[in-house]
Amino acid sequence: MRKDYYKNLYSLFYSPYSFKIMRTILFIIQKEFKQIFRNKGMLPIIFVLPLLQLVILSNAATFEVKNIKFSYIDSNHSMSSRALIEKFQASTYFNVLTDFPSEVLASSAMLKGEVDVVLNIPAHFERDLQKEKKAKLGITINAIDGAAAGVTNVYISQIIQSYNKNIQTDLMQFSDMQIRPVNIETIPLFWYNETLNYKTFMVPGILVLLVTMITLFLSGMNIVREKEIGTLEQINVTPIKKSQFIIGKLFPFWAIGMGLLTIGLILARLIFDVPMVGSVILMYSYTSIFILVILGMGLFISNFTDTQQQAMFIAWFFVVIFILMSGLFTPIESMPKWAQNITEFNPIKYFVEVMRMVMLKGSGFMDILPQLIKTLIYAIIMNGLAVWSYKKTT
Amino acid sequence: MGITVSNISKSYKDVKALQNISFDVKPNELFGLIGPDGAGKTTLFRILTTLLIANEGQATVADLDVLKDFKEIRKHVGYMPGRFSLYQDLTIEENLTFFATIFGTTIEENYELIKDIYVQIEPFKDRRAGKLSGGMKQKLALCCALIHKPKVLFLDEPTTGVDPVSRKEFWEMLKRLQQKGITILVSTPYMDEAALCDRIALIQDGKILQIDTPEAIVNQYPKTIYNVSANNMYLLINSLKAYPHQHSVYPFGEFVHYTDTREGFNPEELEQYLEVQNLLNIRIEKTEATIEDSFMELAK
Repeated sequence: MRKDYYKNLYSLFYSPYSFKIMRTILFIIQKEFKQIFRNKGMLPIIFVLPLLQLVILSNAATFEVKNIKFSYIDSNHSMSSRALIEKFQASTYFNVLTDFPSEVLASSAMLKGEVDVVLNIPAHFERDLQKEKKAKLGITINAIDGAAAGVTNVYISQIIQSYNKNIQTDLMQFSDMQIRPVNIETIPLFWYNETLNYKTFMVPGILVLLVTMITLFLSGMNIVREKEIGTLEQINVTPIKKSQFIIGKLFPFWAIGMGLLTIGLILARLIFDVPMVGSVILMYSYTSIFILVILGMGLFISNFTDTQQQAMFIAWFFVVIFILMSGLFTPIESMPKWAQNITEFNPIKYFVEVMRMVMLKGSGFMDILPQLIKTLIYAIIMNGLAVWSYKKTT
Repeated sequence: MGITVSNISKSYKDVKALQNISFDVKPNELFGLIGPDGAGKTTLFRILTTLLIANEGQATVADLDVLKDFKEIRKHVGYMPGRFSLYQDLTIEENLTFFATIFGTTIEENYELIKDIYVQIEPFKDRRAGKLSGGMKQKLALCCALIHKPKVLFLDEPTTGVDPVSRKEFWEMLKRLQQKGITILVSTPYMDEAALCDRIALIQDGKILQIDTPEAIVNQYPKTIYNVSANNMYLLINSLKAYPHQHSVYPFGEFVHYTDTREGFNPEELEQYLEVQNLLNIRIEKTEATIEDSFMELAK
């Protein structure tokens, strides 16, 4: 009895037919890997460049504004004005470069890009402050980079406020002690990234970018390449099944995507000391589905293009939109409503979310379930479209 | 087991690539499609190998319909496209194994069929296909097209861009394959290769001009052809074309093939005319028509 059972089971899995199909798929996979590893120009593009990018981008892509080129026009030359400037000198964000004798010189320096901020202290600054309890300061900020200008403005306001507080208390001493202002101090506590380390935030995101870009470009260009060199036609006259060919062609890129994730995670840990709070298995399970979406997209693109160049341009177009709208660099919450709606269709958005949630917050299966389901639906639709549009006959 | 084509038409937008083409290839026949570039040969091949769907007409390959039974056809035909389309970055052996595998067979299983050809490239079996000479690439492509023991073999301009020695060898290989029971449809722009086929179809601008054995086609040539030569080829051609009674003038190697419109044409009359044109060493001789002459006459 028992023996028969095993025998049946054996023949089910190792019937000549299914064996033949498996053998064909395995052979295509083997051939694909051979071609990838023989392409001496491609290997560094696949493995070295992305990791270089990870290291460079993670260090460079930061929203912290530092080394602001600061200058001032002091028409007051008083104790108060000097104290204010000292405040700026003490700050690590500002490089106090120079003082200008006139506004004309200051604005020409701003035009040349020598300074980013000009603080104009008017002639009666100290007198106004003491007599009227308020004074005006002129601040000019180079706002070509609006985001940086906004951050700079906040820094300047903070410094002036804290200076003002001191001066207020100084001044108050002479008058009525009873109306001393009550200061409420806030002590922020940053969860999941306590030191507000920008890299902790960026590395998982950039890892997403690399896995996506490489797998999309490679899979998109790969089948077009067979079209270009004419081998696809040769394959189309063979009895090979669509599914066998597609699985055999795309599996290697799935494996490469997973490999990139692995190397990326190791580097994130070793170089950037990014924590891996959540489950690694969960991370990999999600990524394995996500890469299917990207491969489906690559195949879809290659079905509608005739040359690698066309495929590359179309892939680029989508990657740029997906990345800019993924919440990787700019928060989705601050996008207009219509743009937020569009991001719902962006698979990279989900990957970025899941990556950050699992790595930094330690989210579990139930937490990422919505993203997981959406990605899975996406994968089914994309691959369905891709297989449907791949035709052996024209 | 052969091929039947009946009333096949195919257009690409405004271009009529094939217009109402019909012919039959008998089982085990070596059939040639002879025609210039752009005649529609490749389109026809693509339709018969199920890569392209015709606008009109029916066709069968090995008794299988190209539309209904396309899956079955793909198991039984070998196709060698005009352009070398194997993996340049895989070796000879890997290419062959790859195609054997996707046809669900192995090299060993059908080795007998390709043996004659494969032994010639076997010493280089570890060399990548991209590094092979034109003749060797073509032998490899033929091996790959034969590895699953096809019943019908389609060869689209297999000898274009191949040196004369390799071309000769290639046609000898085709003859041997024919003896092994394979039906072969081959296209070529070279008229001299036409004589090596059992039957040929002359094709131009998507239409078939004539179908017959090469000998019959040549025999049906309606006129007497003269080989004309002189010291100045260019002047000779221009003078002949200016001759009021000329029917056709085609350069043919070192000679010009000339035919006259008149029944009782006297070559001496032409010689005198050419002498007046300041030509020297004039020779005029009767010659046999070739396939090329027939083609030119039909295509007129």
